[in-house]
Amino acid sequence: MASGCGQGSGAGRWSWVVSGAVTGACLTLALALSGGRSRAYTAYSLAVHKTKAIPAFARKYGLPCSACHTAWPELNSFGQAFRDNGYQLMNDRDSPIWQNPSYFPVTARITPNLHLERTTHQAVDATPGVAGPPFVERAISQSGFDLSGMDLWLAGTLFQNISFSLLPSSNNLAQFHFENAFVRFDNLGNSRWVNVKAGKFELDNLISEKRFLFLSNNGGLYQSYHFVPLGDATNFGLGDNQLGVELTGHSQTSYSRYGVAVLSSTEGQPGLPGGKSFDTYLTLSQAFDAGKLGVERVGVYAYVGQRPTIAASQTSGGTAVAGTAAGDKPFYRIGAAGDLFFGDLEFLPFFMHAYDDQYLATATPANGTLPAGAQNATWNAAFLEAHYYVSPQLVFTGRYETVRMSSQPLAATPTNLGNIDAYSVGLRWYPFMFSRAGLSWHTEVSFAKTQGAYPLSGDGIGPPLAPALFPSDAVWSTSVFTGLDFDF
Amino acid sequence: MRLHFALAALVSGTGALLVLAGVTPSAAQETHVHGLSGRAAAGKKVYQRFCIGCHGPDGDGAGENALWIDPKPRDFTLAVFKCRSTPSGTLPTDEDLFNAMTRGFVTTNMPQWRPLTAQNRVDAIAYIKTFSPKWKTLKAGTPITIPPEPKVTIQSELHGRELFQKLECWKCHGPTGHGDGPSAATLTDNKDRPIPPYNFSTGSRFKCGVTNQDLYRIFITGLDGTPMPSFADDIQPGEAWDLVHFLRTLQPFQTEEATVWKTWVANHGSELKPIGPPGGGQ
Repeated sequence: MASGCGQGSGAGRWSWVVSGAVTGACLTLALALSGGRSRAYTAYSLAVHKTKAIPAFARKYGLPCSACHTAWPELNSFGQAFRDNGYQLMNDRDSPIWQNPSYFPVTARITPNLHLERTTHQAVDATPGVAGPPFVERAISQSGFDLSGMDLWLAGTLFQNISFSLLPSSNNLAQFHFENAFVRFDNLGNSRWVNVKAGKFELDNLISEKRFLFLSNNGGLYQSYHFVPLGDATNFGLGDNQLGVELTGHSQTSYSRYGVAVLSSTEGQPGLPGGKSFDTYLTLSQAFDAGKLGVERVGVYAYVGQRPTIAASQTSGGTAVAGTAAGDKPFYRIGAAGDLFFGDLEFLPFFMHAYDDQYLATATPANGTLPAGAQNATWNAAFLEAHYYVSPQLVFTGRYETVRMSSQPLAATPTNLGNIDAYSVGLRWYPFMFSRAGLSWHTEVSFAKTQGAYPLSGDGIGPPLAPALFPSDAVWSTSVFTGLDFDF
Repeated sequence: MRLHFALAALVSGTGALLVLAGVTPSAAQETHVHGLSGRAAAGKKVYQRFCIGCHGPDGDGAGENALWIDPKPRDFTLAVFKCRSTPSGTLPTDEDLFNAMTRGFVTTNMPQWRPLTAQNRVDAIAYIKTFSPKWKTLKAGTPITIPPEPKVTIQSELHGRELFQKLECWKCHGPTGHGDGPSAATLTDNKDRPIPPYNFSTGSRFKCGVTNQDLYRIFITGLDGTPMPSFADDIQPGEAWDLVHFLRTLQPFQTEEATVWKTWVANHGSELKPIGPPGGGQ
């Protein structure tokens, strides 16, 4: 489906518009005729690539999706308390012994969709079929019907106060990995302030990237959570699940929460592929009952980690021995976030200050020589996301996000290289709402402007041509997405 | 320029959304708890988000999940509530309903809704009261007065044990409080559905609270809609406290009541007459 947009025909563009309009009309009609006016009102969610919601819990407890989710998969205050209690309602009926023996806590989620991706300033062969150079710039467009990745999630209680989660997740080619796998022990010593989780899990972020309301290539990630400067070797993302152990605690309402995690410095990759160091993640948050406005939560976080700069300190027959990476150098991410309600309007503000050691920032081995002008990299990132809940079955979303470099890895690099501005708007409509399954018609338009660099979404084919475009030109990457996000 | 345009759009869009969020229809039905006023119109939204799956769109306890739930959800159209501070047969206070929603009901599918804002809960209660016309024609009962709890003594517990026998509590709750009395299997609620008596030996929370005052209140007000009657006309306040103290000894907790009881029983256990039917008790 790829076509050079600069060379693309008008007919090609029209065909996409027409197919999109027809698809939208058909989906609207189908959803309306198949229960869109149901009297059931629940809300629950799942998302395309990595967001999570668990109808298995709704089925277990008979609660509507909207009991735990503002709009699935995002948790509300009740859902947060349920999660903090180890996926228990604390009603003396949480242990599996109280469940029907045929109950099996499994959830599947995938999103058939129609989407368009367009990225400007891409370097392509001047003559198609003839490998460059010379290269020319083109805007690359791709569009058509597609599938998201799939989640096949099992989660529940093993016993009272002992719960688990196992999430084999695939890309849209059915190549699986373990997105998470953990066991957690809750209320140790009869205290809700002592809960321990071990395995691979999502970091205790106040604003979860796993349970958010955006699915497109450019909108389906927080740029802030994954950005590193151009040429930086740090393989860390705040939104990525990590391997380790986590101690958490919370008040009865979960309005007060803390978390401390010790994590392998492997970016969640199993098999001990890196070094032997550990990272630490600290979170604190406090919520307030703001009456008619809702529950307002604010929090702070700090991730302090290391990454090896020498791929392997030991070799055998010249081949690197896995797990012997060395030359650890530090990085950190610190900041604050909030979840603020004004009735049916929700704002999610986020701020981050980030630091990478100069060896990591310039991808230089610790036993090597730093390039001239090397310096520690620092940057700031922020976003403001807004949701307006028309009802438990309809939510409008929007987000503006920015990443700004403050110190480039190399002093001579223009200050704005890599800077990002990203915009998203969308809506999710849940034609029915009940406790067995969920369906959402998700529509979204997202833009990401990356200064002189390849977009984080992975759209396009690579960085812009240098030095002609470097770094003054911005690469615009656009996603238009509509899909049926279902969760059973 | 582009940035200015984006900011302007964001600000204006946000303003429009704030205006929309502020528009709330007025409500006739109100509740008042802890200085908060709840309105049915706002409560309807809360109800539809959290409650409708079990209690149903008409509040009759026939939500789509009701079929799979045991015990069944409360039927709000009857305006009959177990946990009240008011005498048997009267409507509960707003605070009673607020407390019930906040506390949830242990061993049922009704969770603790404590994480919701107090305003949400007060609003939801206002809406729940629209399901029965009783709330328009009747007033809530006057809450009972609970006298101060006397000191726990073995005399109090022994007298409580005598009341447990005399009032025939054992018929449902069993001689040892295991919920296995001879009538236990025959009990039904006001909708003729089987309902088990409370089993003290599990240590589970009481449905209507966890404190001694809550337990006192339960057998003075009774649990409307269940076979648990009110004993307000049968015992004096002091006697009610004696019963509370004895019932606590049936639970598997290290309480003051249990300590006093175990100490006495260690030396005088053989002096106890069995509980149960005359001549056949345990």
